[in-house]
Amino acid sequence: MDYLVEAVLSFLAAVAFGVLFNAPRRMLIHCGVVGTVGWLVFSISRSQTDDQVVATFLGAFTIALLSHIFARRRKMPMILFSVTGIIVLVPGSSAYNAMRHVVEQDYLTAIELGTRALLISGAIAMGLVFAEIIMQIYSKVYGRLTKKKKTDALVNIEDTRQL
Amino acid sequence: MSNYEITVECCLLAGRLMIEGGAETYRAEDTMERMARSQHLIGSQSFVMPTGIMFSGNNNAPTRLMRVNTRVTDLEKVAMVNSISRRLVNQELTIEEAYDELRKIETEHKTFPFWLQIIAAGITSGAFLLLLGFDILNLPAAMVIGALGYVIATLLEVKTRVKFFAEFFAALIIGIAAYSAVYLGFGSNLDGLIIGSVIPLVPGLLITNAVRDLMAGHFVSGLSKGAEAFLTAFAIGAGVALVLSF
Repeated sequence: MDYLVEAVLSFLAAVAFGVLFNAPRRMLIHCGVVGTVGWLVFSISRSQTDDQVVATFLGAFTIALLSHIFARRRKMPMILFSVTGIIVLVPGSSAYNAMRHVVEQDYLTAIELGTRALLISGAIAMGLVFAEIIMQIYSKVYGRLTKKKKTDALVNIEDTRQL
Repeated sequence: MSNYEITVECCLLAGRLMIEGGAETYRAEDTMERMARSQHLIGSQSFVMPTGIMFSGNNNAPTRLMRVNTRVTDLEKVAMVNSISRRLVNQELTIEEAYDELRKIETEHKTFPFWLQIIAAGITSGAFLLLLGFDILNLPAAMVIGALGYVIATLLEVKTRVKFFAEFFAALIIGIAAYSAVYLGFGSNLDGLIIGSVIPLVPGLLITNAVRDLMAGHFVSGLSKGAEAFLTAFAIGAGVALVLSF
């Protein structure tokens, strides 16, 4: 499908999820942007590598990294941006097909599809974790390079930990 | 109330509001401890689980416990409590003002109107159907069925208070509706209709939070949220499977 159409669709989906999860009104556009970028990374890397697990990992990683950046910039919780983007990567069709084959008593295919769904879920988790670790390393290095004079130790911790 | 009491009360309320809104466990604990430290309560301890909060201000005073009964996904609530705690720590608010603002969130907080949520559920279903590459002929049916499933899940959860049953039943209705739509000629692809329509029910926040909690070392919360996500997914799958087996 045309990437432009996909971008519009994933933007709409992420904003609509923002409404379902009652995200703050001013942040709906940000949710949409995170969802769009995440989906495009997923979609492009899926067509390049032909491996849905790797593509999901890259998509989830991008979403989490972008969410951390927005969270830092806007001083908002990080989950606000990541949740709406992550949902489009959830392995809905693999899980559905696995279940359909269980119902049809074709257990071998069901196990194959179920394993794929499980791997994709694992890829989402790893993407989130990797982005988190990279942000922590970044903030440590950044904090050491720019040793700004802070009047209150609390403010300092505030910057590095409350994402 | 003395200054100590109001600080503890304020921390507990902030923690409860965050958990109710669907924040990660570590964020709730972190917020409570920061708020306590900003009021010079050194050495305060908090322990948060999805179903309750324990908080002790210092060694001499009794430890307080607060039960969390409802958990919904309300990201704005989390963001508002987060910003109040920031302002308190930066000394833009006094502890009394912060307490008043938190009480205001507890009583006056509003979500998006229900009709808008229904439309949003329809849009997510339609967009997901197209993103997965199914035929555009199925779009109207998917949007209607997705919105219907969301309405049923929400209303049943309010009425019965059993989340898993509400999701199971909603998935069952989605399956029947999708089957009827294909039978009556409103859609051509049963799989696409069902996959698109169940997407508003998917426990996305729970999955994200379970991972983040586990990574932050909150194993009790992480595992219980993971179990909740798994049971939700299982309820949806069972509802759809029941229709498919006929």
